[in-house]
Amino acid sequence: MIAVGAVDEAQLRDLIPGVLVALVHRGADFATAEDAVQEALLKAVELWPNRRPDDPKGWLITTAWRRFIDLARSDTARRDRELCVSDEPPPGPPESVDDTLQLYFLCAHPRLTPVSAVALTLRAVGGLTTRQIAQAYLVPEATMAQRISRAKRTVSVARLDQPGDLRTVLKVLYLVFNEGYSGDVDLAEEAIRLARQLTATTHDEEVAGLLALFLLHHARREARTRADGSLVPLADQDRSLWRRELIAEGVDVLQAALARDRLGEYQVQAAIAALHADAQTADETDWVQIVEWYDELVRLTDSPVVRLNRAVAVGEADGPQAGLAALAELDPSLPRYIASAAYLHERAGDFGTAAELYVRAAAQAQNLAERNHLTLRAATLRQQ
Amino acid sequence: MTKYLFLKHYRGAPPSVNDVPMDQWTPDEVQAHIQYMNDFAKRLQESGEFVDSQALTPEGAWVRSDGAGKPPVTDGPFAETKDLIAGWMIVDVDSYDRAVELAGELSAAPGAGGKPIHEWLEVRSFLTTGPKFTE
Repeated sequence: MIAVGAVDEAQLRDLIPGVLVALVHRGADFATAEDAVQEALLKAVELWPNRRPDDPKGWLITTAWRRFIDLARSDTARRDRELCVSDEPPPGPPESVDDTLQLYFLCAHPRLTPVSAVALTLRAVGGLTTRQIAQAYLVPEATMAQRISRAKRTVSVARLDQPGDLRTVLKVLYLVFNEGYSGDVDLAEEAIRLARQLTATTHDEEVAGLLALFLLHHARREARTRADGSLVPLADQDRSLWRRELIAEGVDVLQAALARDRLGEYQVQAAIAALHADAQTADETDWVQIVEWYDELVRLTDSPVVRLNRAVAVGEADGPQAGLAALAELDPSLPRYIASAAYLHERAGDFGTAAELYVRAAAQAQNLAERNHLTLRAATLRQQ
Repeated sequence: MTKYLFLKHYRGAPPSVNDVPMDQWTPDEVQAHIQYMNDFAKRLQESGEFVDSQALTPEGAWVRSDGAGKPPVTDGPFAETKDLIAGWMIVDVDSYDRAVELAGELSAAPGAGGKPIHEWLEVRSFLTTGPKFTE
């Protein structure tokens, strides 16, 4: 079959976990197999535009297996031993949906640091190249290559058939999503792709909750920044820029999860995002219900950051004085505490105090766009 | 080509000509300043002279080892008298003159009243590594 044209890279990379699992099932060690799969992937990108195989996954398995044999042989040659394996992949047991899940567990292994787990997941499950991952995280390629090979060594003692913890996998995907995009890889899109894959693999409500959260946040991305990179707060966003199809999908996924009545933090965060998405204008936002969801989130996580966000929501639902009262119960050294206080004072009409606080918040900002935004708020209020 | 580092200071540099701190500017003046900085970096990217640019938070600490087996000692936040780096830009240019020319442009970013800040930037060249062919 001849099909000329560009390869759909995302579609191609969807096949990667299955190919890697197939190699491991046929007796390959994880670290070498992963290298072999990566090389097969590059070959596919090079060859498929001219001649796409009838069985793309089979082609990848065969190509990766041959590459694995080469790698293993050169390895054993160095150790002066003979390796007796066939050039054709042995049949092995057919890999199942659960195996893909095991691969996620392995890459989010608790022995890995979060940055290593992220890097390994993007490569071994996501099929991204080391160069792409390095670009996305703005580190030199050699650094990222080292990080990935150390991570592979760390998990090489682990096996694919051990039970894993879905929570650690979700945390890894959350970190990937939050990175957004720089360079030619859109990590938010990648996190959504992986979350979809994971949703198809499990029936876990929190996996669905996380996918819904990603979709609902991603839907607002175009509206969140101006062309010059400056931030647009939720209330000021042009809601016609929100991607309705992503919102609709996110709400569907969330409702199906909520109906199973096993609430978790990602479902609650998605519910809050859905309430924002549901409002035609900022004024129509159902803040009372948002506060109720925040109460639920406080109950589930007991996180100080959640309490801070709740205080701001209380300020919208019950007025800025109520918000400031809720804020007063929290630790002022919390990240964004001062920015939240500034906002609530602004809402209360105390522009002088708000401007002072915005200046202090700008000095503490960890992000340039945020710092510029806070500085501008201070300057604007000084003119009132 | 030689790499040069332009260092911008929160504190420690001689005072700028237009010395009104940013938190006293109008919104339009803040916008104009941000725009100027973005445009400047973009222009250097287009001319192939841009390497890196980063801004630093004003918070920080001194850290030193306190010997094997002990946690490091920290001292901070920085005292008010400390020379404080606000950020940097790295350029890769043909000559020292070009580096100075660019630093001059960067220093002319608009500030209060829309007038150039004329702040002092520190210009330093990188020590090169490896052999150089000088013929």
